[in-house]
Amino acid sequence: MALLTCRDLSLGYDGKEIAGNLNFEVNAGDYLCIVGENGSGKSTLMKTILGLNSPLSGSITTGDGLKQTEIGYLPQQTDVQRDFPASVWEIVLSGCQNSQGLRPFYNKNEKAAAKANMEKMELTALSGRCYRELSGGQQQRVLLARALCATKKLLLLDEPVSGLDPKVTAEMYDIIKSLNENDGITVIMISHDIGAALQYANKVLHIGKEIFFGSVDEYTHTRDTFAHTEGGGVK
Amino acid sequence: MTFLAEKLDYLQFPFVRYALIVGVLIALCSSLLGVTLVLKRFSFIGDGLSHVAFGAMAIAAILKFTNDMPVVLLITVISAILLLRTGQNAKIKGDAALAMISVGSLAIGYLLMNIFAKSANLSGDVCTTLFGSTSILTLSKAEVLVCAILSIAVVIVFILFYNKIFAVTFDENFARATGIKAGAYNLIIAVIIAVIIVLAMNLVGSLLISALVIFPALSAMRVFKTFRSVTICSAVFSVICALLGILISVITGTPVGSTIVAADIVAFALFTLAGKIMRGKRT
Repeated sequence: MALLTCRDLSLGYDGKEIAGNLNFEVNAGDYLCIVGENGSGKSTLMKTILGLNSPLSGSITTGDGLKQTEIGYLPQQTDVQRDFPASVWEIVLSGCQNSQGLRPFYNKNEKAAAKANMEKMELTALSGRCYRELSGGQQQRVLLARALCATKKLLLLDEPVSGLDPKVTAEMYDIIKSLNENDGITVIMISHDIGAALQYANKVLHIGKEIFFGSVDEYTHTRDTFAHTEGGGVK
Repeated sequence: MTFLAEKLDYLQFPFVRYALIVGVLIALCSSLLGVTLVLKRFSFIGDGLSHVAFGAMAIAAILKFTNDMPVVLLITVISAILLLRTGQNAKIKGDAALAMISVGSLAIGYLLMNIFAKSANLSGDVCTTLFGSTSILTLSKAEVLVCAILSIAVVIVFILFYNKIFAVTFDENFARATGIKAGAYNLIIAVIIAVIIVLAMNLVGSLLISALVIFPALSAMRVFKTFRSVTICSAVFSVICALLGILISVITGTPVGSTIVAADIVAFALFTLAGKIMRGKRT
């Protein structure tokens, strides 16, 4: 059974549709890249998958024993976070909330998980540092470690490399690739960077006027037609 | 020394001790949520809600309630919930909604007091509510008790939900995605802040409440880098400033509320300086 299945999904706010007729599924181990122009509904789709927005119509079902609250989410940074006084440790640990329920404090397992994920993201040395003093790449790794605390199965990444320089961007893609291949974590990533999408992902979902879902190979074949119909929107 | 000892004699009076206890408790509570409110861009909620409380007091006075506390508390809590509930996705954004409610209830409160007031000293009454009264020095034992119970409740709730409040403040969307009922915690934050404001009206009056909420948080954020140390530091900062303010005002006869806020301002300047020096050393 698929990890995530979307059927006839229609997205939007206040009854106004942004994107409609979405049908796709994500299997365990997939690396799905969601591409499309600004305003085509990529972030809305992600929020709908996370349960932050409700779909206008259609359904999203999770399978393979995945609960909707067990999805690791790497959001785009907000203004609030840029001057937030919090240590790396505090932020990573806050990813363990979904196992916590109403229990007020973190237990040993959660602290151990947070430590392990910091180790994996090479953040252990930065543990006590203040988040707002870190570089962009380090901040993304902190948020990724937090997302890993929330999931063992599925990561949702919203423009994970926006604002990073080319070197750090490549490192970030390598980290994500390694999580997908070595840790068996399924990845859904929103990206502007179609080149990277084709290089790393195995499936592509293109939303916009034309909707495409399929493997990277199929996408490469149909790209020219897209470029034609959308006035060269896909580069 | 004899001068100081003489002044410390004031502590023998129960009203001074009551004022100190209540002052410290209110300062402690108001500083706890300060960090969250400042970071959520709700610095002015103290101001807005205290004006609501002012309006509510005017209504309670007109209806001749002998004990206006429950009415004021109820109205303030409801307004707080309405304000914070709108949050990120509101049609009227947080600051605008706050400004609207704030000036609106100030105007209505003053209007009602003017139309219905029996008191001869109207401007005096208004001034007392806005800038804090000497009533902090005339507290009864029962009032101190109520204040203590509410304050302790606020502290306990804050400690129990500390990790959740952190998660919701740092990243509301992530928190909601991982199953935290962010709405419920925003509600708790709203109720706590409303309770604190109604408590603090006695101490500094409705115009100066924001100072109790913002100054400790902003000062602590100049120097400390983690959420926990910022929270602890702002609590200590707030308590010390309140103590100093009350003692100075008792000794020199200045108004309690403004003296506390003045102490906050001085301490804020010191913290800013300290933060600058620390940063300078590192680079």
